[in-house]
Amino acid sequence: MNYNQPLELTGLVSNLHEFFRDNLSPFWATLVEGALVLLALLTLYAVIALALIYIERKITAFFQSRLGPNRLGKYGVIQSIADMIKILIKEIIHIKEVDKFLFYAAPFFVIVSSMLTFGAIPFGQGLQAVDFNIGIVYVLATSSIGIIGVLLAGWSSNNKYSMLGAMRSGAQFISYELSAGFALMTVVVLSGTMQLSEIVESQRYAWNIFNGHILALIAFIIYLISGHAETNRGPFDLPEAEGELTAGYHTEYSGLQFGFFYLAEYLNMFIIASIATTVFLGGWMPIQIKGWDAFNQIMWYIPSYVWFFGKAGFLVFLSLWVRWTFPRMRIDLLLNLEWKYLLPINLINIIVMVVMVLMGWTLSDWFPALFGN
Amino acid sequence: MNPFIKYISGIFTALKALIGGLRVTWRELWRKKVTMQYPENRETLVISDRWRSELHMPHDENNEHACTACGICMNNCPNGTIKVTSNMEETEDGKKKRVLDKYVWDYGTCTFCNLCVITCPSDAIQFNNDFEGAMYDRSKLIRQLNKPGSKLREKEKVEKPAAPAKEAAKPTEAPAKKEEKKEIAPEAKKADEKSSDKENK
Repeated sequence: MNYNQPLELTGLVSNLHEFFRDNLSPFWATLVEGALVLLALLTLYAVIALALIYIERKITAFFQSRLGPNRLGKYGVIQSIADMIKILIKEIIHIKEVDKFLFYAAPFFVIVSSMLTFGAIPFGQGLQAVDFNIGIVYVLATSSIGIIGVLLAGWSSNNKYSMLGAMRSGAQFISYELSAGFALMTVVVLSGTMQLSEIVESQRYAWNIFNGHILALIAFIIYLISGHAETNRGPFDLPEAEGELTAGYHTEYSGLQFGFFYLAEYLNMFIIASIATTVFLGGWMPIQIKGWDAFNQIMWYIPSYVWFFGKAGFLVFLSLWVRWTFPRMRIDLLLNLEWKYLLPINLINIIVMVVMVLMGWTLSDWFPALFGN
Repeated sequence: MNPFIKYISGIFTALKALIGGLRVTWRELWRKKVTMQYPENRETLVISDRWRSELHMPHDENNEHACTACGICMNNCPNGTIKVTSNMEETEDGKKKRVLDKYVWDYGTCTFCNLCVITCPSDAIQFNNDFEGAMYDRSKLIRQLNKPGSKLREKEKVEKPAAPAKEAAKPTEAPAKKEEKKEIAPEAKKADEKSSDKENK
């Protein structure tokens, strides 16, 4: 069934591709396309970060019965642009006694890791820069590079607070990476592929969270919890615990270097939300019901990238809601939660999921007329 | 209890508690925002009546106040913010009478403890809520509260005119007020004594 999709960008992308292929040699066409994709991704990266900073400040304020930024532009919408300009023109303070090379290299590890992961996210139909057949493994691998940057930042700052913050962050990240990986593997078992585009395609009529019903729901919740912990946000922000560690691993950074950490933190929040969207909530796929062609057509009038950002935005809101509800955890309770609760539950969950898929107990197996692909 | 059952039930009680917390913040999200956008909402701004900012002495339309210059407020002030100066004047019938000359209050040293207002036997001073008290010069913080040319509101004045109904009403009203005030004053003093006793112990 082909639906009318007036606002999709697939036509634009393929037109551009044909234009370069016709007018340039294959080598140059690939190079120019690569540069364009890079430019588009970098712009999107910066725009999403600015939007997220504004949204976070506004929603935080609403949770605390405040108004939030409202002085700069209507409802303060250009506040984060002003903040960006401020951080760009700030002096980078050179600190004595730091390990110079590692100190200046650390922010790049963090930002490059989140950039690499960002490239693999399917933002909409045909809007995915990196689509490996091992997409999930790629995402897990690249998002883990960031922790090297955090550890280097803490180590090279020559500051005990930074060091403690980095160590906490390291312990936390490595622990929760296990849970996040297992939760994603549960879904890989369910959809039978690791390629992100195919995972989205397989959720056309039943999102994974419904298809795998109770087990997928458990995996989803575990992924959200460990995602929060990985991004050092929510109740898991002890690497930056202001009361104890001033600002944790990025205490000694200033200006643009601090900006990199800040940007990466916000983007990691978005990346976690968008991976959860892609894997559990159907990615950019509109809500569709088998057989209801008119309904499906109406859903397709809303472009796929709007669906994607809507779902990801919902998860970002969920993250903020959790962040402003729960108090910060102690480090032993944090590790307790991971090693004594999330990991065992996850291991059992993945085994039961394997049994469920083999026995054909998923929704699409039970009701192929409604949910089958 | 069986440790395994305890483990499983622990997960569910934790989930229940977490959802309870989320519900509380969800309600908070939709609550009316408490932020006051101060310079813009100056016209509609509501300051609580209990707010104490400037001491003032109410004057009536005849430019008369109620201060008898007894000096109780000055004696009660913990940090010497109030200075009451008075003159002795002789009235028509030859009696000597104390008359207020200057009632000076220093905004800069006042701690807004309200002791002067509580102890005033004739209800002559009050705190208002004009909170915008920032000045460029410290000398402007020292204020004379009695207006130039003002004088004490005479109680006998009411009795002289031939209006029996008023006459009957006024004297009963006035002493009652005085008694009330006097009752309050000793209490405040007692409270002071008690607190100082505790400190001594």
